[in-house]
Amino acid sequence: MQPNVNVVSLVSIGRHPQSGRSRRAEQDGRAVELGLSLVGEALTVVHVGEDQDPVLRQYAGMGLPSMTVLSQGKECDALPVLTSFLKAQLPSVVLTGVRSESGESSGMLPYLLAEALGWPLVPRVAEILHIKDGQAEVLLALPRGQRRSVQVTLPFIASVDNAAQEARQTAFGPGLRATLHVETVDSVVDDAAIQWEMSAAKPRPKRLKVVKAKTAADRMKAATAKPVGGGGKIMKNETPAEKAQAIFDLLLEEKVVR
Amino acid sequence: MSNFSSNDDALHSVFRRDLRTEWIARNRLHPLHDSVVSAQQGGEVRGPTGLLRKNPHVIGFIGPNGLKRIDRANGSFVAIGGKKRVPSAKDSQRPLHLVENPEGYIMVVGDMIGGRLTSHDKDILGLAHQLAAEKSKVAVVLVCFGENKETQCDLAGVDRVIHLEGNVFEGFAPEAGLSVLQQIETSYQPMHWLFPDSVHGGSDLGSRLAARLGERPATQAWQVTSEKTISRGASGSQDISRTTPRILMLMEECANAVEDTRHEALPLALEFDVSMAEGDHRLIDQGQIDVDSNAVPLAEAEFILSAGNGIHNWDQFHSAAAALRATEGASRVAVDDGFMPRSRQVGASGTWVTARVYLAVGISGAIQHMQGIGQCDKVVAINTDAGCDMVKRADLAVIADSEAILAELTRLAQQRELSKEEEESDAA
Ligand SMILES: Cc1cc2nc3c(=O)[nH]c(=O)nc-3n(C[C@H](O)[C@H](O)[C@H](O)COP(=O)(O)OP(=O)(O)OC[C@H]3O[C@@H](n4cnc5c(N)ncnc54)[C@H](O)[C@@H]3O)c2cc1C
Repeated sequence: MQPNVNVVSLVSIGRHPQSGRSRRAEQDGRAVELGLSLVGEALTVVHVGEDQDPVLRQYAGMGLPSMTVLSQGKECDALPVLTSFLKAQLPSVVLTGVRSESGESSGMLPYLLAEALGWPLVPRVAEILHIKDGQAEVLLALPRGQRRSVQVTLPFIASVDNAAQEARQTAFGPGLRATLHVETVDSVVDDAAIQWEMSAAKPRPKRLKVVKAKTAADRMKAATAKPVGGGGKIMKNETPAEKAQAIFDLLLEEKVVR
Repeated sequence: MSNFSSNDDALHSVFRRDLRTEWIARNRLHPLHDSVVSAQQGGEVRGPTGLLRKNPHVIGFIGPNGLKRIDRANGSFVAIGGKKRVPSAKDSQRPLHLVENPEGYIMVVGDMIGGRLTSHDKDILGLAHQLAAEKSKVAVVLVCFGENKETQCDLAGVDRVIHLEGNVFEGFAPEAGLSVLQQIETSYQPMHWLFPDSVHGGSDLGSRLAARLGERPATQAWQVTSEKTISRGASGSQDISRTTPRILMLMEECANAVEDTRHEALPLALEFDVSMAEGDHRLIDQGQIDVDSNAVPLAEAEFILSAGNGIHNWDQFHSAAAALRATEGASRVAVDDGFMPRSRQVGASGTWVTARVYLAVGISGAIQHMQGIGQCDKVVAINTDAGCDMVKRADLAVIADSEAILAELTRLAQQRELSKEEEESDAA
């Protein structure tokens, strides 16, 4: 635990994928979890939006003595409010989710914050290994379960991936007892978003496999053929060492062996 | 102007039927029937005794599957047309789509996993052409970083390429990529920037560019015309429709890939000094770290070493997988015989894998197994039987005993590990 760094986690209202009810957002919960593991109760958790939302108590129930709410309406833009808040607070680490579960879900907020504050951004963080001498070593979650280690200078913004430590269970009572510091702020209405048309998501058409064959014989072939690759190289008479070298060269060329 | 070049000799290769001779050849009562048929069979032939000889070999014709067909209607079209139409190489080539002196550009920044276009990239190139078709003289430009191994850029719909190579673009280097994109923005002012909305870096780079240029992008877009864009919002539960912005991050299958045309894929000049791309010193990439390859879910694994009935030394197989840092897979026989756990089975009744490299050792390639590896990029087979289906599917097949090859591979992997360690200790 590093009690001397100032860590802020940003949280939003999530949406349950099946029932559609509001809930603690998956990645934001992980951002709080990561923040708690870094600095414990010294973590600052910030929400921009309505201060009465019961979901805030679910975050608080993760063991937070208090939370900060920058109170504004649903149609307002969170970015200017957060920028001025962070400029005033000057934290060392800001943790967010990758993509919110409600609203536009564009995932742009961490990028816009980083741009506005001029801080570096590390996307899709799985773990923050340690923070030392104004440097942090973080692990990025790459596709296919791979990890990349990156050293980043404080202060920085990190978006937290689903590969990070899962959020702990929330406790109902402590969540209710936590204090909410509500700050009223000058909010800006998101004009562009008001002109959008929102509708329930239409299922996307499945792509059909169209066989472009001119003759019936070709179509028959396409329907019955076994999946056969386009005639690869076959090595028969070389020594085992040469054959193994050929395989190993291919593995190196494809960068699966580093 | 974009036009399609026509191949000049197209007219000569058109198959023309002479309907009148065909009709005469069918009609045995026609006064000219005999002469037409004998001309068709190369004139009548008389034997030494003056008898009329019929050549049984010219009766009928060879059908498309190589079998001889006899046309009882006696009007074999193929023969009467004189020459059978031979498909030339030129026919199978698609028409070339030319863009000379383009006035606008659409930039597509591909993921290029492993240096090749992904199907996601190809879909986006297809979409770029839909957008380009609504105006004239618009070129679709592929922007790619690092190694480019793609050989079919022209068929995927790339009019121009901006290709940047160099150590600065290797690994995690978002700032270097971003500085290139900014340079492209000032040089070319593209009509659109298209990115794949993917975890492979497309959405990261796109978001960075949008934040830098101060433009609001559409993310998770899946239906795009030049006026209107429909994108998913609220974790995929809502559709947002809006006017099409300049920067788009697109979902998979947002459009069909280019299928009918060939493109130039010419390099596009970009004045860019790679030393300028040194980027942000606040982010230092320390490289990919080794993860436990067997903890990676089989369906997601990048490199799978798979064992079949042709493995007899299982300890050696496991140590080879560990040395190569490959995720272990197995065929059903290996699982049923109890050598591997059920969760490692690849195939129709196991896991469908998406590995970039699939190394099959002693697997014959039964159809149930092949279904499971349909999405693998490169398949390598080690087998004693040169005629088996896995060897036919493989990009590289080695006909040898599995034990000998695995021993060699383990040795090579260990050697490389050692030399890497030496390098590191030298550097330190
Ligand atoms: C309903 C159903 C579902 C099935 N689902 C699956 C499935 O999901 N996955 C699956 O894998 N199978 C499945 N099967 C089984 C499948 O049909 C095959 O039986 C199985 O894939 C064969 O496994 P194999 O290739 O390891 O064995 P074999 O067919 O016995 O092949 C062994 C290969 O090893 C080679 N070999 C032998 N000795 C050596 C040596 N010393 N060095 C190198 N090579 C050697 C041989 O030449 C041969 O090619 C299913 C079958 C059914 C009926």
